[in-house]
Amino acid sequence: MSQSNMKLYEVFVRGRRGLDHKHVGSLHAEDAEQALEYARDVYTRRGEGISIWVVNSSDICASQESDCDSFYDPLDDKPYRHATHYQLPDKVNNM
Amino acid sequence: MSLSTNEMNRSADEKTLEAEFQRRIDNEEKIEPKDWMPQAYRKNLIRQISQHAHSEVIGMQPEGNWITRAPSLHRKAVLLAKVQDEAGHGLYLYSAAETLGISREELIDALHTGAAKYASIFNYPSLSWADMGAIGWLVDGAAIVNQVSLQRTSYGPYARGMVRICKEESFHQRQGYHILMTLMEGDERQRKMAQDSVNRFWWPSLMMFGPHDSDSQHSGQSMTWKIKRQSNDELRQKFVDQSVEQAEAIGLTLPDPDLRWNEDRGHYDFGEIDWEEFYSVIAGNGHCNRDRVAHHRRAHDEGAWVREALDAYESKRSAARTA
Repeated sequence: MSQSNMKLYEVFVRGRRGLDHKHVGSLHAEDAEQALEYARDVYTRRGEGISIWVVNSSDICASQESDCDSFYDPLDDKPYRHATHYQLPDKVNNM
Repeated sequence: MSLSTNEMNRSADEKTLEAEFQRRIDNEEKIEPKDWMPQAYRKNLIRQISQHAHSEVIGMQPEGNWITRAPSLHRKAVLLAKVQDEAGHGLYLYSAAETLGISREELIDALHTGAAKYASIFNYPSLSWADMGAIGWLVDGAAIVNQVSLQRTSYGPYARGMVRICKEESFHQRQGYHILMTLMEGDERQRKMAQDSVNRFWWPSLMMFGPHDSDSQHSGQSMTWKIKRQSNDELRQKFVDQSVEQAEAIGLTLPDPDLRWNEDRGHYDFGEIDWEEFYSVIAGNGHCNRDRVAHHRRAHDEGAWVREALDAYESKRSAARTA
């Protein structure tokens, strides 16, 4: 079957209230409404979640791991951003 | 009172919805943006989250005041990193507020007109380098006590924002304490500077937790809806208890003659807060109220051309795409 008119959607599922939606996979569908129904059928057959998001894959703008150095720095040279950098007296060290 | 059938149906529906909403909250389930919620819950949350967001952003000013005068390159880098974090925290919180159906423009406008408040501690001036220590240790310390509790707040986006903020906040208090510790290891003048700063910031830090439970305007309903999980007085007590030992460890004195351990309660007793000062600062009479808002307004106005340029660029690009 040709899928020429179908678009690729990324699927995100919220496991339960209070949690973020988490990416679970993708699927092809004609439109968002149908993508939502397909996602329900494919990704939530075992009580995986209570809310689904579908997003056009082409709408996702992503950075590449290979761009890491130039695009964002892991800031390994800035240890002072971490709590453990500050040596405090033993008595209060659990601050 | 006579109600039309429509109105009766509506109020019956509303009752069912409200019962379901409260059942979720009683069950420790989070409320998510698209759920039905009472108008007053929405309004109360917008008030609290935006006040929290404004505090993060206005809180950059007293610390920004010392960036160019930090005593070493290292302290300067630390302070910059901290102020940068506060801007990020403001963003997380504004975004959480926006999930409730209010726009960023409305939120900022409410800050500028004074309709929305921010933590009144930021209306005190930062007079010495030691204040960077006291603000980190006491002001961030008090904020963390509050925010740890709010990680369990009933509104999902707010709770998740708090988790993220608490994780990043962990270095703020410690760097402040480290500044004071270093000053206390210094000479007489440095120790005096540290103590003077603690003397000025201790009481306003206690005020950060808000009025006593018996006088708190929003507390009762907020506790039922689990927007707040612990009362003002409980959180304040927790903060006092943890601060006493931390002060002693580096030789600082907390400026309260009534502060003493109470064996029966298992907590420290402490003196009465000057509530007149608290309400006066909230009403706009602190040392810096006008400056803080004027500065924010100026920065916002002076940044208008950037927002306009982004807009113009985007219109141009989308015109090119459709051409």
